[in-house]
Amino acid sequence: MIRLLAALLLCVVPMLARADPVSGYDFLLPETRALQDDDFANPGMLWVELGQRLWDAPADKGSCRSCHGAPENLRGVGAVYPLWDPELERVISLEQRINQCRERQNEAALPYSSRELLGLSALVMHQSRGIPQSVRTDGPAAEAIERGRLYFDTRRGQLNLSCSNCHDDLTGHRLRGEVISQGQVNGFPIYRQLWQDMGSVGRMIAWCNDAVRAEPLAEGSQMAVELEMYLRARGNGLPIESPAVRR
Amino acid sequence: MFNTRIRVPPTAKPGEIVEIRTMIMHPMDNGFSYTTQGTLIPQNIITEFSCHYLGEEVILVRLEPGISANPYFTFPLRAEATGTVRFRWMDQHGDITTAEEEMVVE
Repeated sequence: MIRLLAALLLCVVPMLARADPVSGYDFLLPETRALQDDDFANPGMLWVELGQRLWDAPADKGSCRSCHGAPENLRGVGAVYPLWDPELERVISLEQRINQCRERQNEAALPYSSRELLGLSALVMHQSRGIPQSVRTDGPAAEAIERGRLYFDTRRGQLNLSCSNCHDDLTGHRLRGEVISQGQVNGFPIYRQLWQDMGSVGRMIAWCNDAVRAEPLAEGSQMAVELEMYLRARGNGLPIESPAVRR
Repeated sequence: MFNTRIRVPPTAKPGEIVEIRTMIMHPMDNGFSYTTQGTLIPQNIITEFSCHYLGEEVILVRLEPGISANPYFTFPLRAEATGTVRFRWMDQHGDITTAEEEMVVE
């Protein structure tokens, strides 16, 4: 009887984990947390500083600073992306917004995973550090979020796994040496130790696809942005940690 | 020139041992990894890091391919007199990146 109860409890615990969003930070080793918490040692800050330099770099119609002023003025802006753009009639990510702005100023759009674009998005997201992630889930964005949720729940790849198979159902369990996180994205763009590089949510999604041996979603594609939108909505309320360090 | 971050305390007492922290943005490609397209990424590393203070070399590090990206060095330094702490990184192609910071000792 006791054994049966224990087995039942084991089944229930992962389901309970679905309830509250928990940051990826809480699944890290203390050493990795310390690296994120130390603003000097955190390698992500290199990208923030690069972003700062690009922010001030003179462009054709002036720098980012000439319209927006200091980056600190954008506090809270990063916490609401991706969002519904009424002009384009679709959801767009922060990276796409930055490129949109650049094109308006006669500057070439930056490649999605370029060091420069990551620097700028890390700079903007960093200003919102500590602010609860709060993407809008009502209105026209709701449909995009629903498509993202469907993607998240659909099995794919040669391993035939959906995102939710692990990141909802098996949170807190181990995948070999690693504790499975909820797959929250409140720290993005992140410095990922495995890559020894900075990455956007798009890069992470493509990596995860690859890990289950599925066709990777192209970074910046509409499906990837809608999935990001769902992931953000799923973790609404978690504090922004950018630039976070992840394993 | 690569993006660097350095931290030198602006002031120190004579004889005080201060902590110097440095970091440089560099991929440190070890020459064994591949892109997602399957092409080999050629080796590209920083080979030398040094620090000069009061006309003296206080640290010299030779870096090898096994060192991770964005090398981060922190070391103690005895503050003796006011002067500039100069840092120098050299990559395998001979390109040099420098940074410096003034430290007032009184």
